[in-house]
Amino acid sequence: MLLLALALAGCLAVAAAVGSVRVPIGDVVKICWNAVSPFNVDATWRPADETIILQVRLPRVLGGALVGAGLATAGVIFQGLLRNPMADPYIIGTSAGAALGATVAMLLPLSMSFLGFGMVPLLAFAGALATVFLVYRLARVSGRTPVVSMLLAGFVVSAMLTALMYLIITMSDQLYEKFRSVYGFLLGGISVGGWGEIAVIAPIIVAGIVLTRLWAFRLNAFALGEEGAAHVGVDVERSKTVFLVLGSVLTAAAVCIGGLIGFVGLVVPHALRLVLGPDHRLLVPSAAIAGGAFLVVADLLARTLSSPRDIQVGIITALIGAPIFIYLLRRGGREYGL
Amino acid sequence: MNTTAIRVDRVTFSYDNGAVLRDVDLAVGRGEMVGLIGPNGAGKTTLIRLVSGILAAANGNVWLQGVDTRKMKRSVLAREVAVVPQQIAVPLAYTVEEVVMLGRTPFIKPWRDLSAADGEVVRRTLDSVGLSRLARRCFSTLSGGERQKAVLAMALAQEAEVLLLDEPTAHLDISHQVEMLELLAGMNEERHLTVVAAMHDLNLASAYFRRLVLLKDGSVVADGSPEEVLTAGTIGAAYSVPVQVQPHPVSGVPQVVVLPRHNGRH
Repeated sequence: MLLLALALAGCLAVAAAVGSVRVPIGDVVKICWNAVSPFNVDATWRPADETIILQVRLPRVLGGALVGAGLATAGVIFQGLLRNPMADPYIIGTSAGAALGATVAMLLPLSMSFLGFGMVPLLAFAGALATVFLVYRLARVSGRTPVVSMLLAGFVVSAMLTALMYLIITMSDQLYEKFRSVYGFLLGGISVGGWGEIAVIAPIIVAGIVLTRLWAFRLNAFALGEEGAAHVGVDVERSKTVFLVLGSVLTAAAVCIGGLIGFVGLVVPHALRLVLGPDHRLLVPSAAIAGGAFLVVADLLARTLSSPRDIQVGIITALIGAPIFIYLLRRGGREYGL
Repeated sequence: MNTTAIRVDRVTFSYDNGAVLRDVDLAVGRGEMVGLIGPNGAGKTTLIRLVSGILAAANGNVWLQGVDTRKMKRSVLAREVAVVPQQIAVPLAYTVEEVVMLGRTPFIKPWRDLSAADGEVVRRTLDSVGLSRLARRCFSTLSGGERQKAVLAMALAQEAEVLLLDEPTAHLDISHQVEMLELLAGMNEERHLTVVAAMHDLNLASAYFRRLVLLKDGSVVADGSPEEVLTAGTIGAAYSVPVQVQPHPVSGVPQVVVLPRHNGRH
């Protein structure tokens, strides 16, 4: 865990240093130190570098870390709760809801903003949460929410919302031209304007991860199935609701600044299960840190590989994530299981 | 001091498709070892699920140690009653130790994680079922008998005074059946654990339980010692199969022998 945390810190520093303007890593660390501590060291760097680091790079890099951490934690929650290896943060419809929300936002003529967020992230956030709520209500039968009905309701609602989204895109000439930006949202890409967005998203994601860690022992019990979890003292329906809310809010917050980045939430938890075993008390913080580091690196590659054009980070996560995962799967070691 | 561990008071329960339990009354004293017998569908599993609080009775009450189970939080309930269900989805990737540790869940709070004391309980429990040497083995590598003992150890790690088991000897060979029942009898005798187990094998039930409760069509039709319950008339009527009852050649407890309608050896 300590190793992972150090790796994350390293990734953050490197990612902040590298870009169209290169800043030595030593300077990055010193600039950050000056920004947060009262004991300043002498500035040996150009003022422009400081502006780039503090106003552009750090928000983006931290945004990437938050998105990665949030998605990986949500992935751990959904895989543990649904006991389904295919579960990812989007499994119960968040992605379709967010995509539809973003599409509608791009169609709207007005450009409002709230807490520094534009319409696209706001409606994506709202769409994601509204969809989960709808899926949850649809799957709820006489006070219980069976996992299977939730998966089915999620699948059906997703299909419908996705169809609606494509219908909107096809029918609107305006959006047809803007299709590139819709497409960009669907493939995922970190977009952080400045510290304002980080200041809103960071508390949500950090709180989500901390709460999930505190309840991690209940996720462990869910490995026994719902009745088995009840036997060892877990209030199953209440816990399920709590975890759904945690997972959905984490996902929606991540979608807000990252769009629909695939693969992180599916593969980071699996990879860590293979290495660390199934205990969620260890898995939750590790996945958060590793997911953050992974996405920071992916985002770094996304914005430097074919600079000045950004590649969508979702493409990178799949391209580098899949081989790593295959290696872990083939390496042997701990048997895999949820 | 309350001496009744479980009191089932005029309990009726039905799934959507009709009544499964009708007006069931049952009191089990502390430290008793009771076998629930009866044909398939008689309501044994439902009764166990009601006592463990998984199901809520439509009418009537279930009391555990003098407290209405409906008023107990799940985590409190899990410290009073532990269950070894007929089937449980144990994650195969867990080690035996990790599985048994799940039995400590009712004692964990968000602000209080597992402690060395919990580890000690797990170690002791594994020792008591004879699985210490397999503690670090993966659950998937265990035999059926070892798996059943690991699940029993998980339930015992809850340190509840009442242990409910739904057919603990199903799918086990005779040596593991005997080993499992010896373990239960030992726990009952040494730790005064209250044990209630649904049993299909009437002869094993007769050998290990001092009290048998016979359920049929959701009602208790006989309740007493093996000698009182296992009679040719009662068992024959409950299971709708002709039987003869004779004393065990060594211990003398009643043993049920079925009388096939077709003689297999011509």
